[in-house]
Amino acid sequence: MRSALRGAIGVAGFLLLWEAAGHAGFAPQNLFPPVSMVFARLGELLATEEFLREIIATVLAWLIALALATGIAVPLGLLLGSYPAVRRATKVLVEFIRPVPPVALIPLLIVLIGNGPETKISLAVFGALWPILFNTIYALDELEPMYVETARSFGLGRGAIMARVALPNALPFIFTGVRISASISLILVISVELRGGGTAGIGYWMLGVSQGIRQMDLVLAGTVVAGVIGLLSNYGLEWLQRRLFGWNEIAQEAR
Amino acid sequence: MSEQPRRRARGFLERWLVFAGAVVVWEIVTRISDSVFFPPPSKIAQFCAELWFVAEPTQLFLADTVYEDILPSLARALGGWLITAVVGISLGLALGRSRIAYEYLNPLVTFLRSVPPPALIPVFMVAFGIGTEMQIATIVFGALWPVLLNSVDGARSVDRVKTDTARSFRISRAEWIRMVVFPAALPKIFAGLRTSLAISLILMVMSELVSSNHGIGYRIQLSQNTFSFDTMWAWLVLLGALGYLLNNALLALERRMLGWQPKREAAPATAKAGG
Repeated sequence: MRSALRGAIGVAGFLLLWEAAGHAGFAPQNLFPPVSMVFARLGELLATEEFLREIIATVLAWLIALALATGIAVPLGLLLGSYPAVRRATKVLVEFIRPVPPVALIPLLIVLIGNGPETKISLAVFGALWPILFNTIYALDELEPMYVETARSFGLGRGAIMARVALPNALPFIFTGVRISASISLILVISVELRGGGTAGIGYWMLGVSQGIRQMDLVLAGTVVAGVIGLLSNYGLEWLQRRLFGWNEIAQEAR
Repeated sequence: MSEQPRRRARGFLERWLVFAGAVVVWEIVTRISDSVFFPPPSKIAQFCAELWFVAEPTQLFLADTVYEDILPSLARALGGWLITAVVGISLGLALGRSRIAYEYLNPLVTFLRSVPPPALIPVFMVAFGIGTEMQIATIVFGALWPVLLNSVDGARSVDRVKTDTARSFRISRAEWIRMVVFPAALPKIFAGLRTSLAISLILMVMSELVSSNHGIGYRIQLSQNTFSFDTMWAWLVLLGALGYLLNNALLALERRMLGWQPKREAAPATAKAGG
């Protein structure tokens, strides 16, 4: 209770300081607007349909990408993780692919795929694959051999062991991968929008208002929206993980 | 004792064999498909050589673009990362040792780190215009959180015995931070530093892609505009190589500095290397 109060005081203090600094005139208000102005602008924006559409475009692309990445990475991880040699080879290859920042592929993808939502979804899927794939493979690595042997002694086949022993055992770990991927794919969706891949979305919108006359209040309103989307996704997934896997120690450890 | 070097040598060999195999497959596939978008690696290598090397001893055989694009880009990424390290470690250790300060700032930090870093590019673009300041600001803001949060975690991990021992010796506050808290937090700090390094490189490229007039990201953008995909791939390969080298350099430093640790904490299975 005390800590929540202190947190609230911290936030309030930050906002007050910002407001005061905005009025103090260090910089013109179009460059450094007080916080009240940003929120007033945000209120106006949220009442317009176009702005809501931009938010929906971003969130939808992000959710689709995350779902696709999960749908591809989990089965692939289960497959690759079942063969130690393939598992090692994949790890090595990923070690070489991973240092290439996915954002550097944006120009190539725009030429290849175009300016539609497919571009940002593709890149976000590409970026989001790895953490899920890796956590799936690692989870299989750490599967207790006794569980497998017990299942085998009950006469379960390879597929049944995978579905009823390995997968449930790996799920909390996989979910941690999904959480990491969620923030990566959100970053990538917004990056592609900022780079002009796509003609809608919060990043695209922010790029528009940051050019021409400098309207920091609008830009910051967009940033607040992006932050809220990020915050909701972090908290939402954390909550979901606690609900689904509260029984598992990884879930309690991973915050 | 001879077991470990041998295993390491085998791992090393295996790694590069897999890599070489992948490059061969890549070469064959791209030659068969013959796509302008995906040149074969041999051609990329040739382009790399043409792009970055010249027969000019006064320039150390490096082309102008190395001095005008690669080094400035690297300087920005590493400079931003160093600022991040200083700010993140000092602030993180302070917050980790002061419960009250942490409670005041926690919700604020939680919100700020939820903002996807590229969304800050327009903000800094309006604030600073196009150029190095905007890029450094973006890098620092985006890469700060892993170092900060890991430092907080690390500073909290000082155990009771150490705390009590230090207290009974009445060491000064500065000594306490420098000789007890900092070393105890170091493994966590290094994990954070590595994630931040990856993020710094990503944001360096991203900020250059959005707006700049030189740098690696700018060159990639330029090769999109001129449809020269061989050049684009050369830059992509360079980025991968830089990321790989920097990460390994940091790992080597980490091994040197943490060699004394009785039991090293295993690196997290998946580092949170975003974007």
